[in-house]
Amino acid sequence: MTSATRAVSLDKPAGLPLAPIFAAALKHGLLLLCAATILLPFAWMILAAVKDPADIFSHPFSLDPATLRAGENFGKALSAAPMGLFMLNSLIVVVGVLSVQLVTSIAAAYALAQMKFRGQALLFGLVLFALCIPVQVPALPMYVALAKLGLLNSYFALMFPWFFSAFAIFLFRQHFRTFPQEIINAARIDGFTEIEIVLRLIVPSALPAIAAFSVFSVTAHWNDLYWPLIVVNVTDRMTAPLGLLNFQSAEGVSYGPLMAAATIITLPLICVFLLARRYFVEGVTMTGVK
Amino acid sequence: MSSLATSEAFSEDHRARQKADGINPAYLFALPAATLLAIVVLAPIGIVIGLSFSDYSLGATDWSLVGIRNYANLAHDRSFLNALSNTALYVCVVVSGSVLLGLLLAILVHGTGRMRRVYEVIFFLPVASTLVALGLVWKFMLHSRVGPVNELIAALGFQRIDFFNNPSIAIFALAAIGVWHLVGFNMILFLAGLTGIPRDLYQAAAVDGADGFWDRLFRVTWPMLGPTTIFVTITSTITAFQVFDTVAVITHGGPAGSTEVILHQLYQASFQYFETGYASALTVFFLIIMMAISAVQIFAARGVHYS
Repeated sequence: MTSATRAVSLDKPAGLPLAPIFAAALKHGLLLLCAATILLPFAWMILAAVKDPADIFSHPFSLDPATLRAGENFGKALSAAPMGLFMLNSLIVVVGVLSVQLVTSIAAAYALAQMKFRGQALLFGLVLFALCIPVQVPALPMYVALAKLGLLNSYFALMFPWFFSAFAIFLFRQHFRTFPQEIINAARIDGFTEIEIVLRLIVPSALPAIAAFSVFSVTAHWNDLYWPLIVVNVTDRMTAPLGLLNFQSAEGVSYGPLMAAATIITLPLICVFLLARRYFVEGVTMTGVK
Repeated sequence: MSSLATSEAFSEDHRARQKADGINPAYLFALPAATLLAIVVLAPIGIVIGLSFSDYSLGATDWSLVGIRNYANLAHDRSFLNALSNTALYVCVVVSGSVLLGLLLAILVHGTGRMRRVYEVIFFLPVASTLVALGLVWKFMLHSRVGPVNELIAALGFQRIDFFNNPSIAIFALAAIGVWHLVGFNMILFLAGLTGIPRDLYQAAAVDGADGFWDRLFRVTWPMLGPTTIFVTITSTITAFQVFDTVAVITHGGPAGSTEVILHQLYQASFQYFETGYASALTVFFLIIMMAISAVQIFAARGVHYS
């Protein structure tokens, strides 16, 4: 290739000023169209939640402030079903699961990453194996066991299968391994106990990974339907998604209150997402760095 | 150097001391997680495999081993084969749709500068949302008479589509929701992959004359995204295989069994009809599929190299 053609090929955008503008317009046009499709259900949910149920169907695209029924719809959602209780149940489950996950996984990941013990390779191998097991596989025996122990319809039953997280152990181990061994040995010489090393050196250095996993775990368990559907059949212990499903199948529920209820359980997580966007994205990306 | 040597020596000394003390503190750290692993993963897998060879039914007082009868029944069970083929169809549509669209969106979003954050947030929103709630919204939006999607279809002069009451369409409507839910997740993974491509590769390609959009896409971007694409395809396959929420919320497997999928059937056999033995065989089958997909991932991860 001659230097002349090379210069031409590199200068191409400058030579055709309209083409890049057209390409950019096309690009943003496509992206905006896709973005609109993604946002459409959210917009509909909120619109239907604040409108008069009659208007949802007769005037689907209007938003007349005079006929807004937000108070009524949200009021019905909160009174016809104990949405507040469902949210509290979800919160208890999510916080309980995350606490146990963090304590047990950080400890195990530290042992796997920075200590030596007999059976280490076996434990890590089993963690990798557990990574491939979806919860629906152990669900049946766990249900039978919980039923025999009379523990169905309890917070413990809702949380128990999630106390162990292979993903957390794997993720934290990868992060803890990058912590310099010399610093840990120096800390041991200085008389730090292993627990102090974990709490004062390892955990602070891995905070972004811990935050990313936390966001990941909270999202997964707030949204989960499968397991609560199995172990809970009393209103008192229903989590938000299960409560909503129940509310939907209850007789005579109109769309307005139903969409208000859907908005109520979706909103907290969307707020968490908007606040912790960076950790959400990191959490997803981390699943890709195996 | 010397600090490293002391550290090594200390490490040896430390290990020797641990031995002298008797209990290695590592066990105390690993024990809670290892115990939970045994109780919530390993033991249940062993039990479910055992149960799959029995005719146990929850609540029954006597039960016996029946060999491979449950598995033999599975192979002849029409409703199971129907669920299997529905799931396969759903997986094909969702995986191809969400992977290709995710890749396209990532390429488009990658070069948008300041707008990138906004697009990332929007496309990721469904991933963070409760599928039960948004599934209800979709059910409403796709409603045959009053749903806005059909209003639009009718306004454009086409015939209304009864998405969830037409056996040949319902599974595709569910798959469309599946793509909507998953595409942002895949886009984020592809974006991470795109960010990892060294810029000088594009410069080198430009020097070789490959500087158009399509040239860059097919000669640099796509080949470099090979490992990401394999990973995204496999995670999408695993996610799609576990479709449950939208079926439970919208169709309950109908109309005429056209959206009956493996997990929904597994749920019903296990927890509604309590056919524990049969459900166990179904669970083992599900486990084997999941293990096979994971094995493909491990195999593919070894096989992909770009020098």
